[in-house]
Amino acid sequence: MTPPAPVILEVRRIVNRFGGQVVHDGLDMQVYAQDVFGIVGASGAGKSVLLRTILGLQHPQSGAVLIGGRNLAQLSDAELRAVKADYGATFQAGALYSALTVLENVQFPMIEHLQLPAEARAELAMLKIRLVGLPADTAGKYPSQLSGGMVKRAALARALALDPQLLFLDEPTSGLDPISAAAFDGLLQQLHQQLRLTVVMITHDLDTIFRTCNRVGVIVDRRMEVDTLARIVDHPHPWIQAYFHGERARAREERDGA
Amino acid sequence: MTDYLAARRSADTLELRLRGEWRALRLKEIGAELTALDLTGVRRLVIATQDLALLDLSSAWRLREFIATAERVGAAVSFSGARPERLQILDDALARVAFQHPGAPAHESHIEPVTALGRHVVIMARDARAGLAFLGRVALTALAAAASPRRLRPIAIARHVYDTGVTAIPIVALIAFLISVIIAFLSAQQLQKFGAEIFVVDLVTIGVLRELGVLLTAIILAGRSGSAFAAEIGAMCLNEEVDALYATGADPFELLVLPRILGLMIALPLLTVIADVIGLAGGALLCRFLLDIPLTQYLHRVSESIGPMTFWVGVLKAPVFAVLIGLAGVYRGLQVRDSSRELGRLTTVAVVQSIFVVILADALFAVLFMEIGI
Repeated sequence: MTPPAPVILEVRRIVNRFGGQVVHDGLDMQVYAQDVFGIVGASGAGKSVLLRTILGLQHPQSGAVLIGGRNLAQLSDAELRAVKADYGATFQAGALYSALTVLENVQFPMIEHLQLPAEARAELAMLKIRLVGLPADTAGKYPSQLSGGMVKRAALARALALDPQLLFLDEPTSGLDPISAAAFDGLLQQLHQQLRLTVVMITHDLDTIFRTCNRVGVIVDRRMEVDTLARIVDHPHPWIQAYFHGERARAREERDGA
Repeated sequence: MTDYLAARRSADTLELRLRGEWRALRLKEIGAELTALDLTGVRRLVIATQDLALLDLSSAWRLREFIATAERVGAAVSFSGARPERLQILDDALARVAFQHPGAPAHESHIEPVTALGRHVVIMARDARAGLAFLGRVALTALAAAASPRRLRPIAIARHVYDTGVTAIPIVALIAFLISVIIAFLSAQQLQKFGAEIFVVDLVTIGVLRELGVLLTAIILAGRSGSAFAAEIGAMCLNEEVDALYATGADPFELLVLPRILGLMIALPLLTVIADVIGLAGGALLCRFLLDIPLTQYLHRVSESIGPMTFWVGVLKAPVFAVLIGLAGVYRGLQVRDSSRELGRLTTVAVVQSIFVVILADALFAVLFMEIGI
């Protein structure tokens, strides 16, 4: 194993409760610099709630989220704004601003956080659009004119607008055909290597996990089991066994073995 | 010596030591330091990157621009230490596709006003045709529903009567009360000069029953329910819920359009009656306390000034206004496509148009009633 990298994101004993329903009960999670960390769990296990908690969209009943060693709950508004400029996030359905073109969408975080002349901004935004593998003519299109795969890429370009060190992706390959999903995985790997990004992603896609992730956290029984990909597949928990060795996983192994 | 670089000039050589964290968030400061450098007469530019803690893509882009500028003035650029790999990534990415700025179309016509006018006319014509088609479909759906009452969706209609009618009672009552008090007060001031205070009652009665009760109620509902229809259906369009209805073989006109319009057609006349009653009560209150006309005399005068049709003239207009408001709201809602901005724009259009058509229709009614002598 490589020597431990610094912890870039830490979730400490998070408790999330909605009415009588406990979603997380003392959930711990650590992400090291340059990890590609996959969050896995059954539907309704609280993956999205966890991501929303980390992004500060949802306040946990107790526990803390630390990004770069700083507790988000204890930061002032200005400090929080600075932390937010330091990470990028994509949402499940893309969440592109529907009234803006792709180019304007990518420029949006720059307008908010950087004081740059308009041409420089446009050029940087075009750079990001090209970096995620979108053809240049997508820049002038509106989100409603894009295909599902393009929306995911455009959302990634927007998340990369400020050159974050940390990237959160919510189901980046859901709804894509296997070829597009594989292309997206390839893009993610390439960006991870080139830009030395730390990536935290929610995904159901076993292919994505095996192609891109080095560490995986599985939400089971309202907590998280975290380990390297190589070791988590042997975890004794029945759900984890079923997930990594169930019918779909076997089909995948056979396919890749053949 | 600055935050992001140290420059040393010797004869025709400029040596730049980059340092610190070059990141997008500091691009403005980095850019300022780079532009402050004097490149005149520089033959050799040496960039040292050993002290550089971080160079992200955006600042690498800025550095690349700077190198390009230096090369343009004739300097040979070299690196002491490694050439940052981010520059290589940029070279690769930028080499892949030439930069195309998606700006305005190159060709700008100088007969712009004429083109604009033509485009406007075409859009209006299309809009009118689409509006007509919409009316036709609503009418057909209504006819089909009338033939088989199950398709009238009574539960949905009841919900819309509640949403557009019952919840609007407080605001309609308040406005009717205030308006009748204002009319009574203004007319009392004028009529007192002639000693004709008693005619205040006539003015309030006829004004509220024939015109103001129904008109104000309609305008309130245009703002309340017309906008709600447009926004609700518009959001459903954005969310592909309307498409889902079509896909399951359900008719959105039957499920969304007709119940709203019928609900409003029931609610608006009832609200008009409430507005009439509260308006007359407001007039009574003012007459009692400002003009010392006792309630019995007020009621007597009201029944004298009221014609056989005065009340019905107001109430009969209500369903017509309801149809107009409902049609405008639903029609604009169904037009929402693609973006949240459209939703806002069309909701505004729905409200403005429904108020406009209500007032227009009221004017036409006035002419009509005058001609047939009611």
